[in-house]
Amino acid sequence: MKIDRRSFLSLGMGVAAGTALSPLPWKLIDDISIWTQMWPWTPVPEIGEVNYVNSTCTLCPGGCGITVRKIGDRAVKVEGKEGHPINSGGVCLLGLSGLQNLYGYDRRIKTPLKRIGNRGQGSFQKITWDEAISEVVNKLSEVRSTGQAHAVSCISGSDQGTVAQLLKRFLTAYGSPNFFTMPSMQDSYELALYLTQGIQASVAFDVENSDFVLSFGSGIVEGWGSPVRMFQASSRWREGKGKVVQIEPRLSITAAKSDKWIPIKPGTEAALALGLASVIIKESLYDKEFVENYAFGFENWKDDAGKTQIGFKQFVLEGYGPDKVAKITGIDKSTIISLARSFVRASKPLAIGGRNQGRSTSGRLNEFMAIYALNALVGNINKTGGVWSIPKPGYIKWPKVEMDDVAEKGIKEPRIDAAGSASYPYSQYLLNRVPGILNSGQENPIQVLFVAGANPIYALPNTKAVKEAFDKIPYIVGFSSYLDETAKYADIILPNHVYLERYEDIPTPVGFQKPFIGLAKPVIAPQFETKNLGDTIFLLAKGLGGTIEKAFPWDDYETCLKETLSEKWDSLEENGYWIDSSLKPADWKNAFKTASKKFEFIAAGKAKDIASLFGFSSSTLEGDEASYPLVLIPYDSMRLANGFIGDPPFVMKAVEDTVLKGKDVLIEINPETAKQLGMSEGGFAKLATPVGTAKVRVHLYDGIMPGIIALPRGLGHTAYDKFLGGKGVNFNELIGSVEDPVSGLDATWGIRAKLTKA
Amino acid sequence: MSKLDDKKTDQKGQEDGVRGFIILFFIIGLFASLIVGWMIFPSLLYSKKKQPIDFNHVLHVEAVDQGCESCHYIREDGSFSGVPKLAQCVDCHEEVQGEDPEEAKFVNEYVAEGKEVPWLVYSRQPDCVFFSHVTHTKMAEMDCATCHGAIGESEHSKIYEQNRISGYSRDIWGKNIAGFKKNTWDRMKMDDCSECHVKNHVRQASVQTKKGGCFVCHK
Ligand code: SF4
Repeated sequence: MKIDRRSFLSLGMGVAAGTALSPLPWKLIDDISIWTQMWPWTPVPEIGEVNYVNSTCTLCPGGCGITVRKIGDRAVKVEGKEGHPINSGGVCLLGLSGLQNLYGYDRRIKTPLKRIGNRGQGSFQKITWDEAISEVVNKLSEVRSTGQAHAVSCISGSDQGTVAQLLKRFLTAYGSPNFFTMPSMQDSYELALYLTQGIQASVAFDVENSDFVLSFGSGIVEGWGSPVRMFQASSRWREGKGKVVQIEPRLSITAAKSDKWIPIKPGTEAALALGLASVIIKESLYDKEFVENYAFGFENWKDDAGKTQIGFKQFVLEGYGPDKVAKITGIDKSTIISLARSFVRASKPLAIGGRNQGRSTSGRLNEFMAIYALNALVGNINKTGGVWSIPKPGYIKWPKVEMDDVAEKGIKEPRIDAAGSASYPYSQYLLNRVPGILNSGQENPIQVLFVAGANPIYALPNTKAVKEAFDKIPYIVGFSSYLDETAKYADIILPNHVYLERYEDIPTPVGFQKPFIGLAKPVIAPQFETKNLGDTIFLLAKGLGGTIEKAFPWDDYETCLKETLSEKWDSLEENGYWIDSSLKPADWKNAFKTASKKFEFIAAGKAKDIASLFGFSSSTLEGDEASYPLVLIPYDSMRLANGFIGDPPFVMKAVEDTVLKGKDVLIEINPETAKQLGMSEGGFAKLATPVGTAKVRVHLYDGIMPGIIALPRGLGHTAYDKFLGGKGVNFNELIGSVEDPVSGLDATWGIRAKLTKA
Repeated sequence: MSKLDDKKTDQKGQEDGVRGFIILFFIIGLFASLIVGWMIFPSLLYSKKKQPIDFNHVLHVEAVDQGCESCHYIREDGSFSGVPKLAQCVDCHEEVQGEDPEEAKFVNEYVAEGKEVPWLVYSRQPDCVFFSHVTHTKMAEMDCATCHGAIGESEHSKIYEQNRISGYSRDIWGKNIAGFKKNTWDRMKMDDCSECHVKNHVRQASVQTKKGGCFVCHK
């Protein structure tokens, strides 16, 4: 008898069999997997009584209603507010990650700061609020006493709502006309509305009821308009309630979800719209009732001097027949004709414009005019499923500012950007022109700059020129809550509360078809020593005294807001919004406030001739083809916030690795073009445009037209936190600003570029 | 018999012995691991903790008139209050009322100090689970006991057994180490929730997938 190796093997087998027959392995696997799902070191919200606060998301101009779930004093989750008129319970990824803008302490400014290092370096010293206010007040008094009041200017995210209006009022009382807003498609839309209908109003789209959407590159599910509302509209269309035709050079997510994607040579969208109009007119498919009775300038007409002027009909029939447009746009003649026919045959067709999210640039006026004209031809102006004009909410009725002599004098000075002057009579703000003016002039037209709710150093085209212009401004005051690129450039920062810590009214979300005001409410008490910007303005006014102080007769911002909203306040407090759901758009008899009381294809007396408003020209791209053979265009994504707010960590996590790999951004290029350049997937390349250069990696994508390359907006931050900063390239460093010949607004949509192997 | 034969027989005897050992060792291994797996492992896997106060449910249920809900109530907003907070107990236990040393301990150590009792919750689900009491007890009219068992009839708080790896109470994974259950309340894992959900056709259409909904509980 001998115990040998086999006995031990057998013992092992016995153990294995016994173990398999016992619960041990199975239970261990289960427990370990549960443990890995719920790492004990993962922060878990406290358990306790839940309470909710209704508020409004301000992270984009969408105006969604949110409900913030709290446990005790800790906000734990942002949810979409059920039954809200804009987003009815939905919320986007950025909105959902909103708490990281609140508790992401690395990105926040915690106290007033004074710059000690170089501009842009981000070295600051903490100061108290008293010190900060008195420093800014002293600076403002000094500038004012030298007769330079008009040299104080302000860049604001928008001019809507009480906070923006308080800033504007401050400048007025102080004596400066130089208030600016960041560019967006609304500038061009509102101008088109003014030129065709003679009204100052917001444009709205009755997307819930349209059944055929012709989109000229609008990122319907990528953040255009009010994003969540658009997702919901898009879902309805996909359930068979409507068709979407997407026209753009790149297979975006919107294009992929559309019923038909028509790739187009970028920059020729206006020509296509006019081509479609010519088919509609030639085949006599337009809405005769509207065009014959309520429109002016369709047929040729005689001006005051008795001279015959060409009308829209002759203009498009002669200049934009489908053959010619096919050549310009690269789209088949037959496609153009059949698209025009299906557009008119739909019962509620709607044409929309503003590329991508429509937020980074104002766009070419002729494009918006041509798209508007298509809507007019099918008679959907102010009709169900069509384009509406919504009066701007008139709830801000403050007494007129009483001005002292300095203010009277200052306010009469011409604006730096010449907006509203004879050269740019219809535009209100032309911030895009300012860097050029600052960089070319000898004198400094801006002595003090306020920046609120905007990140111009990051978000305006041609970062280098913008920085150069900022360098010329002796004193920059930042009001941001976050240490973003522009805040880093400021000389002093008076930080605002984050949106979840403050009151603010958010009127009229982009494109929404009812008069609407959303209310942002403090969800939790301020985490740091910040102040509501409204209160900061009051403190500055008080410091300056005199008529400036008198212009702000309120104790604090909350009182001001309550008084301003007066009878609407109760509904705002209770529901988080106020809506005038009874509003119906004006009927055709009363809708048009133009000289002719009609919809004007040619704004009589306002435009030189019809060609100046609609005419397509191909020379809108910076750079020469010989040195820069490719065309670089931007694209927007719901996963990359690209304006005032930078992506919080959760959203960054969602960026695909075909967009960002490690720290490198990928540029989309057609495989055919890549082959010609000898490039392959993932390879490094040097991207050069007339404005800047960047190192990128190549992503071969069949969904982009040959010869076109695309980069996302929203990357390449040099500020915020380690999750966002230092990753990819800021598109604005590569693109210049191109001025629209009629409006003067920024009309940049792309730039010539060269890609070489690195 | 030749020598050769002898050797053969010898070898055969040895072979038999070795085989015997092989079988024996197999059986030893088998039984040892079965004992480890079925008896030692389960007792090692769970740490045993006593509740800070030994609570008598029977006594309390007699004293109140709305059953479980007198203390474990649904808040106005529909959320569930869970284990009572000190504030609820203080109404009666401002002073020591009875003879029970556990009550005296409660009053002296917690009420007098204004300190919450760190109760160990047998039925605490992981944080990734969304569970609404109100939908189950009010809308679906289920009894508390369906999931919690006859805890209202207990005179003493049972030992809280905590899984050393996952950190959860044994009541979630199930008393029986093999995972067998006799009663609905024996185990409260995902399959147990979904078993009942499938049977009762609870929200089987997820908005995202149009199939059975993960998002009913994980959201
Ligand atoms: S769409 Fe805009 S407003 Fe709506 S939740 Fe997202 S970020 Fe907020």
